[in-house]
Amino acid sequence: MDSKLFPEGTQRCGFGQWLIWMAFLVGVFLWGFYAAVLVLYNGIGTTGLDNYFGFGAWITFDLAVIALGAGAFFTGLLKYILKIKQLEKIINLTVIVGFCCYAGAMLVLVLDVGQPARAWFGYWHPNVHSMLTEVIFCITCYLTVLIIEFVPLVLEQKQLNKIPFVHALAHNMHVNMALFAGIGAFLSTFHQGSLGGMYGVLIGRPFAFREGFFIWPWTFFLFVLSAVGSGPVFTVLVATLMEKITGKKLVDWKTKSLMGKIAGTMLCVYMFFKILDTWAWATGYLPTVGLTFDDMFYGVAYGKWLLWTEIVLCGVIPAIMLVTPSIRNRPALFYTAAILDCIGVSLNRYIFTVQTIAFPSMPFDSWQVYYPNWVEYASSIMIVAFGAIVISLAYRYLPVFPLETKLNYQSGK
Amino acid sequence: MQVKEFKIKWGMVIDIDKCTGCGACMVGCQVENNIAPMTKKDPYNYVQALTKDRSEASDKLMTLTWMNVYELSNGKTFPEHETAYLPRPCMQCGNPACVPVCPVVATDKNEEGGIVSQVYPRCIGCRYCMAACPYHARYFNWWDPLWPEGMDKGLSPAASVRPRGVVEKCNFCHSRYLDAKNKARQDGEDPMNLADGAYNTACADICPTKAITFGDLNNPEHAVHDLAKGKHAFRLIEKMGLDPQVYYTSEREWVRKQGDNYNADGGGH
Ligand code: SF4
Ligand code: SF4
Repeated sequence: MDSKLFPEGTQRCGFGQWLIWMAFLVGVFLWGFYAAVLVLYNGIGTTGLDNYFGFGAWITFDLAVIALGAGAFFTGLLKYILKIKQLEKIINLTVIVGFCCYAGAMLVLVLDVGQPARAWFGYWHPNVHSMLTEVIFCITCYLTVLIIEFVPLVLEQKQLNKIPFVHALAHNMHVNMALFAGIGAFLSTFHQGSLGGMYGVLIGRPFAFREGFFIWPWTFFLFVLSAVGSGPVFTVLVATLMEKITGKKLVDWKTKSLMGKIAGTMLCVYMFFKILDTWAWATGYLPTVGLTFDDMFYGVAYGKWLLWTEIVLCGVIPAIMLVTPSIRNRPALFYTAAILDCIGVSLNRYIFTVQTIAFPSMPFDSWQVYYPNWVEYASSIMIVAFGAIVISLAYRYLPVFPLETKLNYQSGK
Repeated sequence: MQVKEFKIKWGMVIDIDKCTGCGACMVGCQVENNIAPMTKKDPYNYVQALTKDRSEASDKLMTLTWMNVYELSNGKTFPEHETAYLPRPCMQCGNPACVPVCPVVATDKNEEGGIVSQVYPRCIGCRYCMAACPYHARYFNWWDPLWPEGMDKGLSPAASVRPRGVVEKCNFCHSRYLDAKNKARQDGEDPMNLADGAYNTACADICPTKAITFGDLNNPEHAVHDLAKGKHAFRLIEKMGLDPQVYYTSEREWVRKQGDNYNADGGGH
């Protein structure tokens, strides 16, 4: 029915089947949307947050998707600035995934701030000393850049592209893409860093506070590194999931493996510094404020197992797996490493958000445990559904994967 | 560490050995500053029923209590067991953790007197300041403020009522400061050199055991000036380096030790 709209030379599932799939996604989205409306109407008291946990599931989700969305800027940087040609096989997808992650993060933030109508105050009354101001600036600007990067892909839609003006516009945008990739890389590096800096500057929170370099605490750099160490493999995982769902080959193994190698190398660098940082924090900083390493952990909810899982199981191990060619080139092991890597970075964001404020900063205070409630889950899942809808639409109608026809229809089989 | 210094530095000295934990300061603060009580049902909001009830007063993690009294224990069993009570207003830190993090300058420490202000119409409700303050001195308006019928008639015209979605905290009863300065001007005195007691906070005023003393820490004529330098005076978690303007004093060593993270090997700043 809509086959005229499909990308050149591709096949897609039947329209009915497609509608069922979309109806499912829209259903999930609407459930989350219902939760979001309740939050906006009744106030944030509706969530599981309280005066102890001003930050919770939403901030964790935000930080995690933003880190995972880092595939967009980093791959863009490598492709357009360092001219690694191989990456053009996956660059479109990284842009779409990045767009979904950032747009989603912004949607969650609208729910998370108490006065969403005042969100623009970050521009109007900026506090140049606040890491969050930098985050607000960079995130909003970067989302704009992502939209600009997304547009040419939309313009390349087969029917649209027949219009000469659109064709020329798309071409011109492509020519200038290196500029946007550069701006995007700059903005994205800064806000990934500032998100880390947000925690590192908390002088009253010994779990997160870090001394640092110039105005930036170490966490600034750690967040950038961990994002570029996981974003690329997240994009690969999305591509692989799409292959499983559609039953087609979309990205060649060489490209996937290259993305894994890039992420793995960055992850190695990150783990080196993360371990150093943890060591310096435990033995250098903590004693100066009268605390010990053991004081920082509590029970099962905030036990040391979290730290070990993050650093060893989801850090060092996938890093080694991804940089070792013989392991990386075995798909099952590669995907396992990629999944561990993504869990590791999400866990890191969770620990920095929740454990930081769960720690009883006043010695006579006690640890508190935070549980998000359904409203927070549902609105976060809404974002995932939103991403799935965008990606499904893009896949069906836009030429996302340059190799799709070659890998599926001309293989001579 | 950057500590903002002012000629006048309003501060408190709270004598823990005198505090009985009666909670009068909490009530005084609530009334003085129009702090909304927690009411479970909102008669005007039917949508509420679709999520969960509003928090009630028993949920101490949702209530607004600018002044909060903590109970301390020496951890020993019966004959040796001792308790103490520690009232905690905002510390009006000299090096506040909350100020530099606010993305929109809704909170600032710039006024003579060294009180950390909070501008409600500017606050976007990101709660970063709450995450930053280790004293848990900041509170978020989770729900629309609601006063049980009749109680709204008792609101003070001097303090603004805060809407849902903004952060609030103790401001050393700022409206009383303005009143004291105005009175001084009317009486032909210098508003920048108030006499001891001319400006007093509600919690200090109401305290039945006179455990809370309020005044200018920089002015030798004010009682707090010397009290803060007392042999047994200390500040909460001083090692973190926030430089609070609220001092505590206790003759009991275990109380003083609980005021800071005590680590036998630790150096301290
Ligand atoms: S006690 Fe907390 S809210 Fe008050 S000034 Fe210090 S950091 Fe800010
Ligand atoms: S000084 Fe005023 S605002 Fe602060 S705790 Fe006391 S009564 Fe409340």
